[in-house]
Order: sequence, then structure tokens, then C-alpha cells
Amino acid sequence: MANIIGGITTSHIPAIANAMANGLEDTPYWKPFFDGYPPVRDWLNEKKPDVIILFYNDHGLEFFIDKKPTFAIGVADEYHNADEGWGIPTIPPVTGESDLSWHIANSLVEDGFDMTICQEMKVDHGLTVPLNLMWPGHNYGHVKVIPVCINCEQHPMPQPKRTFALGQAIGRAVQSFDDDLKVAVFGTGGMSHQLDGERAGIINREFDLMCLDKLVSDPEDLTKYSNFDLAEIAGAQGVELNMLIAMRGCLIGDVKELHRNYHAPISNTGSGLMLLEHTMPEK
Amino acid sequence: MSQTVNIPGTIMLDGPMATKGYPLNKMCYSFNNAAARNEFKEDEEAYYEKFKLTEDQRDAMRKRDVIAMLEAGGSIYYLAKFAGLLGLSVQDVGGLQTGMSTEEFKAFLVKQGEV
Amino acid sequence: MATNEKRDIPGTYLFDSTMAKKGYGLNKMCFSFNNQEARDEFNADPDAYCDKFNLTEAQKKAIKEKDIIAMLREGGSIYYLAKYAGLLKLNMQDIGALQTGMSVEEFKDMLVKNGRGEV
Repeated sequence: MANIIGGITTSHIPAIANAMANGLEDTPYWKPFFDGYPPVRDWLNEKKPDVIILFYNDHGLEFFIDKKPTFAIGVADEYHNADEGWGIPTIPPVTGESDLSWHIANSLVEDGFDMTICQEMKVDHGLTVPLNLMWPGHNYGHVKVIPVCINCEQHPMPQPKRTFALGQAIGRAVQSFDDDLKVAVFGTGGMSHQLDGERAGIINREFDLMCLDKLVSDPEDLTKYSNFDLAEIAGAQGVELNMLIAMRGCLIGDVKELHRNYHAPISNTGSGLMLLEHTMPEK
Repeated sequence: MSQTVNIPGTIMLDGPMATKGYPLNKMCYSFNNAAARNEFKEDEEAYYEKFKLTEDQRDAMRKRDVIAMLEAGGSIYYLAKFAGLLGLSVQDVGGLQTGMSTEEFKAFLVKQGEV
Repeated sequence: MATNEKRDIPGTYLFDSTMAKKGYGLNKMCFSFNNQEARDEFNADPDAYCDKFNLTEAQKKAIKEKDIIAMLREGGSIYYLAKYAGLLKLNMQDIGALQTGMSVEEFKDMLVKNGRGEV
């Protein structure tokens, strides 16, 4: 059967792509951020997951607000990036995992999550930046990726309790897949940040650190927040916490924190990198 | 999890079928545009190539074999656009699939509607 | 706390149904900036390009004056406005400064302080 071997939280902001494209990793501004990554890369290279389920939000590349899926899942064998409008380099295609994707889609709809199912889906920096962070130089062609896209742009958007439940349902779906596959789950997004309005620039370090703690030990406590709560406490785009919560929903039993690096600011955001392992299901 | 059921004479568009049928359905979806319909009529083979249809799909298209299109992953909503391009009605398509004439198929529909 | 009641958050324009409807043309125009041809067309004649997407007078004024706050008030969603900012070669700190009335350096300093939890 397929097994989830662990989960990772990471930022996905476009400024990271620019920093990597321009070789700025060791500059004083970026070093404290990038220094967090080697242990996570080592873990990935040692554990060699076959598949990454990646929670992210589209920022206006594939989806526009003419039709905005609440939850969308990719079921393709390949995904492409494209011009996003402001000049981060377009990256090579990302490999998909159609069979497991369809299995998850079937299982989710059965489970009450009426997904938008995508056989073609342009993937933006929300998905590509984390992959390049984990396998620099765009060396992730060997890993199969299943994109799960959550609306974090337009209210109404799914509430934390719902995204947590989505993660739990995906966890069950993976476990019920017959093929022996090792799956890692990425929850990507800025932590506290607000890009728009006179309140632009707020970062709530204390709240971010509390969220990282709770993501390890008591994720259900985070589901008490509404998206408006998150906007108020962590900034208008603080709702991206939903992707981290969804990732955590996929994990079961005792969850162990193997690594953490919180750093703020990068660009306008708080960044929380965390590597988690959980109790593996009985065979 | 509910298992896919086998209903005789019925081809469900599920995950594997949707994956298989994607090029065929994408091509038929393009027939929403008059320019695409004209391009297809001018050179069918080139149009199949443009959408990378599988050999089975090309063969079904060439033979106008609706059942074979369904077996190759076609979704009836898009195949209907191809039927429209050929000037066929839904009853014509019904006839083609059931081996009836269009008139027989229409009579079959009427009979089922009777109390 | 822990309620889903809509509330006013000062200095914050939540992108909800009202804003999504009001801002549709503006956001659609900015979404088009994913394409180089669209960016070129805008640069060649901004007014004509705004008209193509039926922008309201208030939206056109906000675009012309590069007034981010006004764009938000007129229903702009930050993810699409960011594409307009990119076209203007502005980054997120430039945008932050424009909205808060700070210099870019002041805005960056504020981010650093916020990041340390000093505020």
C-alpha cells in the first residue's frame, strides 16, 4: 500500500525564485532563510519519496475568478509552468502521478469533498518554488507531484476546519491505494503576511511560532480559527495557513518534529520551515 | 468506496477513461469554434495529429464509430459536438449506437414514453 | 475571536463577493498581464486597454495614478494587482511602501522589526 512518510511546511513566495535564479542564497538577507533547508533536503534524499502531494494556492496563473475552485486536484502526468506576469523564470515541466491522483479524487468525492478535477493545470510559483527549494537546480524530475490547490484568494474560502478535514481524507485515500509508494506531503505558503491595504507589511511572529507548535502537537486547536480571524491576526494573506493545516491533516498518530527554521521577514512574509514524521500505519 | 459498476451497454467516464479520452475530448471541445470546425473539415488527419489522438481514437473518428469513440474514452457531451459538426441529431447518434435506423430509434423513444 | 462573522479590519480590504463583483473588469485586465502581448498592448495605449476591459472611471483613475489603495477600494485582488505591479517593475516592498505612505527603506525596516516580533 501507499504510505505517507512525512510532511513538510515551507514558504513558496516568488522572491525565493528570484533569489535562487540570481544566486543570492548566501547574502546576509537570505542566508538565515536558506540555511534552514539542508537538513530537509538530506531527509528527502535519504527517504526518497516517490510522490509529493503538494498543497498550494494559485495566484492567478491557471485560475481566474471567472471560475474559482474551492478545492482542485491535478490528475495529469505532467504539469507546466508559464509566464506569471512579473518576470520570475519559467521552469521545466513537473512530473505528475495520474493513477494515485485519480484514486485520491475518487476517494475524496466519496468522502464528501467535491473536488474540481484537472487534467490540465498550469502550476505557478506556489507549487514550483517549494520543489526547487527542496531539489535546487530544478532537479525534481524524478519525483511525481500531485497538486492540490486551495482557494486562498476570494472569500468565501474553505475554513481551517475544512482544510484540516480535507488533509485527513487525503491521508485515508493514500492509505487505501494498493501500490507500494512512499508519499511525502508539502504544505506551502507564507505564514503571517499582508500584501494589500494600508495595513500591508504586518508580520505576527508570536502567532506564527504558536502555529508551528500547534501544527506538531495540537493541530485541531488551529481549526477553531475562521479565515476572518486569520486575516485579522496574521494579515489578509495569513489565510495561507490553510495549506499547512491541510498538510498536517494527512498525518496520524504521534507526530515528531525533526527540524524547524522560522525566519522573518523574507519579502513581506514570515517563513516557517518544518519537517514532520508521524506514526506509520500498520501494514 | 463504491466500486465501478458494470452496466451492459454503458461506458462510464471515470478516471482511467477520462485520462485515456482526454485528447479526443479536447479535440471535440474545440469544435465549439467555427474556425476549429473548418480546420477539421479541411484536413481531418492533420487535426487528429494536432491533438495527438491515439490510433484507436483516430480509427473510431475515421469510421464515425460512436461506440468505439466511447470505448476510447470519449465523453458524450464532446462527441455530441462532433455529431453536430457532421449534421447529426441526438437521435441519429442514438440510431448509430444501437444499430437502429433513426426512425426506429425515434419510435423506440416514443414507445418508452407511453404509459 | 473564533467567529466567522465579517468584520472591519482597519487598513484591510478583504476580497469578498462584493469586491469580486465590483473588481471583475480590473482583475480580468490585470490577469491578462500574464501574457507578454497583453503587457505590450497596455504599454502602447493604457487608456484603450482599460476600455477594452470596461474599467470604471474610478478604476481607470486608480490605474493611471498607480494608486494601489484606490485599486483595492475598487475591487482589485492583490494577486492580479501584483501582475500590474510587475509590469511597472515594482516589487512587494515598493507596493507596501506605496500603500502605507512610507519610503521603501522605512517599509523594509518595519518588516524586519515585525519579523523580530518587536512591534
